[in-house]
Amino acid sequence: MNAPVNLNKLLPTVDQRHLDHLEEEAIFILREVAAAFERPALLFSGGKDSCVVLRLAEKAFKQRVAGNEFKGKLPFPLVHVDTGHNFPEVIAFRDQRAAEMGERLIVAHMDESIRRGTVRLAHPLESRNGHQTVTLLEAIEEHRFDVLIGGARRDEEKARAKERIFSHRDSFGQWQPKEQRPELWNLFNTRIRPGEHFRAFPISNWTELDVWLYLARENIPLPSLYYAHERQIIRRKGLLVPLTEVTPPEPGEQVESATVRFRTVGDMTCTCPVESDAANASDIVAETLTVTVSERGATRMDDRTSDASMERRKKEGYF
Amino acid sequence: MSAALNSVVHEQDVDTQHRALRFLTAGSVDDGKSTLIGRLLFDSRAILADQLDTLEKRAAGAPIDLSLLTDGLEAEREQGITIDVAYRYFATKTRKFIIADAPGHEQYTRNMVTAAAGSDAAVVLVDITKLKLDDAEVTLLPQTRRHSLLAHLLRVPSIVFAINKIDALEAPAEGYAKVSAALRKFAQAAGIEVTAIVPVSALRGDNVTQPLDADWYDGPSLLQVLEGLPTVQEKVEGQLLIPVQYVATNGEGTGHQPRTLWGRIAHGQVKAGDEVQILPSGQTAKVAEVRKAGETVAHGVAGESAGLLLDRQLDVSRGDWIVTPGSATPRQSFEATLAWLDTEPAVVGRKYWVRHGNRWVQARISAIEHRLDVNSLAEAEAHELAINEIGHVRIELQAALPVEPYTANRVGGALIVVDPTSNRTSGALLVR
Repeated sequence: MNAPVNLNKLLPTVDQRHLDHLEEEAIFILREVAAAFERPALLFSGGKDSCVVLRLAEKAFKQRVAGNEFKGKLPFPLVHVDTGHNFPEVIAFRDQRAAEMGERLIVAHMDESIRRGTVRLAHPLESRNGHQTVTLLEAIEEHRFDVLIGGARRDEEKARAKERIFSHRDSFGQWQPKEQRPELWNLFNTRIRPGEHFRAFPISNWTELDVWLYLARENIPLPSLYYAHERQIIRRKGLLVPLTEVTPPEPGEQVESATVRFRTVGDMTCTCPVESDAANASDIVAETLTVTVSERGATRMDDRTSDASMERRKKEGYF
Repeated sequence: MSAALNSVVHEQDVDTQHRALRFLTAGSVDDGKSTLIGRLLFDSRAILADQLDTLEKRAAGAPIDLSLLTDGLEAEREQGITIDVAYRYFATKTRKFIIADAPGHEQYTRNMVTAAAGSDAAVVLVDITKLKLDDAEVTLLPQTRRHSLLAHLLRVPSIVFAINKIDALEAPAEGYAKVSAALRKFAQAAGIEVTAIVPVSALRGDNVTQPLDADWYDGPSLLQVLEGLPTVQEKVEGQLLIPVQYVATNGEGTGHQPRTLWGRIAHGQVKAGDEVQILPSGQTAKVAEVRKAGETVAHGVAGESAGLLLDRQLDVSRGDWIVTPGSATPRQSFEATLAWLDTEPAVVGRKYWVRHGNRWVQARISAIEHRLDVNSLAEAEAHELAINEIGHVRIELQAALPVEPYTANRVGGALIVVDPTSNRTSGALLVR
């Protein structure tokens, strides 16, 4: 699906040597997680950022053998919070990747939180994105994780731009932006008390373009959703809403077919594709160089509600 | 790989120019720092249509406020100030940049220290409209002095002054000349090497990314200066120093396999066959193999993380150091500059945790020699250090560490101090 490409030939003006440095930094952070904590886990959703982090983890902890395969095991399991509203292609990809790599995958289902009554939906088709926090914190408590590695990037959003690489969470799982620990040199203060945990973000300093350059360079497999395909959509408030069982057309809305790809794959109720013919990672690199709308602006319905929506959710424990 | 096994790496072979330049911006509140950053992002097209749309809606017909691009926390928008360091990204055709947007308020000096610790350069913003230009000699604002001195103290390699709001002056040429003279005089007295002094108007965008169209200035734009600055260069020559970060057991289920000692090389280089010493145990061994990110490589150099396999089984764990035999002398006490970051003052005699490289040891401040006036770096007598204060202290350690002067090496010379009760990062130590 994404054949090896020579990016230097394709995009002579894009300097990629900085990727080596970003990779080096990310691997250093991943080893720090494995060394400094007792019970780490890596958040793996099957999305592009977590696929990049997974490859970086392979490089940090495994040995490359003939045929470019990695030998060995990661020193932590993979964890995914399944809202029950994920795209089926992504869930299939997630399971397939974990199996191929021989890694342990722990799935925390929001449906179980709903059954337990810890998550209450206002209406059945409500976006489940914000509620992920509850299920995530329940999984952290159940498995007693003391650090979760995530693929968040500081270029995504203003509140993310404020976040440390090692981000402390209190015993309620909450982020306290005013109480963040200063992050000096590479001397991370990872000391915690029982019940508290950390979130660690090895690709904090990467941009969306860096991620695509790396996906192309490393030939990393992704769910097919990321590449151009035909899909039934509804045009709503400037966004292309994918037609799914949880996002039906509203009265008077027209369903049409369009060639689209997803820049981000989150909850089905709030993730929108963009029109694109980009069929592989290097096409997307070229497209990302000329894009005029941010990743979240083009694709997320729920982040548009307030300037502070991400910050508020993060304070509650969102990752 | 095998042909290169005996090669030696030289400084000039290590290319760090392509790395993103990390720079911090400093300056008082209302000096136009957020506007300057907004301008850099805007003019380099790092701002996308939807983000602009939000700003346009907020402006409701008035010119958009670029400073709103950076203040990302609710409390910041409420108070109209920057509280915490934010990191911003932009790129030009020739370079990638990471801005550490540090708050200007005196009460957030600790965040300025945080931003400076990882930076290759500092851009100190000077608001020319706040200065008395009619005086025979222009007096700089305390914050300009503080921020430059802090950047200098933390050995940020390049210090650039951006004289802002140049468009507000009737006689910008004279104003720029007078303030430049004052900055140079101050810098010389403080021992600060000035990289550049650049006039700008962040609001109008003059000389930020586009050269200034004026007969009195033919120097570079701020962006041109930034594009040419070096990133922090690790010392590839000289003695080897690796703090052991992570010890990995290889090849699960494949019988006996030696352990790989991973660590980022603080200085020097290492290749198979080299004799190394482990500190604090003092044992020596030969390097059997060097690894990097899943592969066996010919050598590892300063700045890279290397995985070493030794020719014999030694007791090595995280926090130990790998050095050229006999090159490092661990010490149990040292003098340092301490920047205090915690609301609880530093207490002489109390036990704290310190982290040096990857080792945590207990430490106590045995004496505070002086407190520094951050406006002048003059030394005053002191018995404690409060938040945002900086002093010269003597530290005693529970176990010896191979510390080096911070001016010689950032890795060997930097430590953090952590309060054992609150776990807060309370201080930054720079070995003198």
